[in-house]
Amino acid sequence: MANVSLFLGCVIPNRYPGIEKSTKLCLDKLEVDCIDLEGASCCPAPGVLRSFDKATWLALAGRNIALSEELDRDLLTICNGCYGSLADANYEIKADEQVKKEVNSHLGLIGRNIKGSHDVRHITEFLHKEVGPGKIRDVITRPLELRVAVHYGCHLLKPSKGRVGSSVERPSFFDELVEATGAESVEYPDKMECCGAGGGVRSALPDEALALTGHKLSMIESVGVDCIVNACPFCHMQLDAGQVDLNGRDGTSHNIPVLHYTQLLGLALGFSVEELGIDLNEMKNLEFFKKFV
Amino acid sequence: MSVRNEPNVLSRMEKTGSTILKCMHCGVCSGSCPSGRHTSLNVRKLLRKACNDPAVLSDDSLWMCTTCYNCQERCPRGIDIVDAIFEMRALAVQEGIIYPEHRKVGELLLEHGHAVPINEENRTKREALGLDPLPPTVHSFPEGLEEVKKLLTSCGFDELMSEE
Ligand code: SF4
Ligand code: SF4
Repeated sequence: MANVSLFLGCVIPNRYPGIEKSTKLCLDKLEVDCIDLEGASCCPAPGVLRSFDKATWLALAGRNIALSEELDRDLLTICNGCYGSLADANYEIKADEQVKKEVNSHLGLIGRNIKGSHDVRHITEFLHKEVGPGKIRDVITRPLELRVAVHYGCHLLKPSKGRVGSSVERPSFFDELVEATGAESVEYPDKMECCGAGGGVRSALPDEALALTGHKLSMIESVGVDCIVNACPFCHMQLDAGQVDLNGRDGTSHNIPVLHYTQLLGLALGFSVEELGIDLNEMKNLEFFKKFV
Repeated sequence: MSVRNEPNVLSRMEKTGSTILKCMHCGVCSGSCPSGRHTSLNVRKLLRKACNDPAVLSDDSLWMCTTCYNCQERCPRGIDIVDAIFEMRALAVQEGIIYPEHRKVGELLLEHGHAVPINEENRTKREALGLDPLPPTVHSFPEGLEEVKKLLTSCGFDELMSEE
């Protein structure tokens, strides 16, 4: 199994720290060799900062990847945005000597250098490939009887160039990971559609973002589920806080618990709602919490 | 709109536009666009405008794209649509066309090395979870933050964000 360093990014440690805690609890139980990537920064955020200036985006991403190279480890992300940013930057740096040279001309100023020797991983594809649904099924202690709406999110799969990709239209690896916990991954219309947050839309045009979120939620509600499971704190935030925003703005009564995959897996490994920080969401669903007391 | 450096903008758009010119206006992109279902974004028309009209840089819909990549994955002509959107956004920002909320994100990065820095509420949440109140990122490593600031300066990002 590849040794990894854990890249936290911004939203997980600074808004949804329960996901950081859950990731550590799960990786520990699964005996994955993982240490913190100390001193890393913003990935930088793909939608906004990458939009602003490509050289800046590449230089900061390059520094984060170089830190992991120095530890001789692949870099493990637990966020689609970080994965998208860092995997795309790593791809461009590895594919084009000229790009690498330019990035290193900046990194040289801080005494660092990127070689292109290591990979950027995402927790879902990592667990699927390196641990596997079979082993997960073996180690869980509390099989979950839940109907789950899986939300892949966009940047886990796309752009497909440079990703160790599965199908972008009908992927299945995430559903398999969810089902390894005993839960059922329920099909629903527009399952592959965006949560609405990306590309800086959430920050500058919140009403437009919520229009997409409201559509996604209504599709999920049409099939009836116990919770939504995602692989990205930005989708997590949009789907969780977005329900509160929509209820306040439109008088809707959305109340679906939103879990990062590591929180779902944590439940199946026997950890409590509080240990996993699921109760720290904006949307509090007491019915759901009661299932796990 | 006021494009301050029009020749430069047009020549960079030409570079982007040279791939956009392969477009056969089939509409697969706009038909696949989750944002366009709910907003005024029509990505096919946006690309068409990008070929020859600098006013595209101040088109509101340029910022309605969530960068979901549906259009780019499905375009039968293999046009890197989202890359073109990034390019146009970068040009817009150089022209000073930027939402205040987005400028704020840039300023947070310049100051903290995080686009979303820690706050009091989340220090408390972290402690309740048994985590350190500050994560082991640049938040805990001031020398790392110094490195990030140096990189941002050497890329000219500080100047880009200070433009009015
Ligand atoms: S999908 Fe491609 S070819 Fe078709 S309209 Fe859009 S950009 Fe043009
Ligand atoms: S990447 Fe942007 S323009 Fe393309 S389909 Fe997604 S939201 Fe629409």
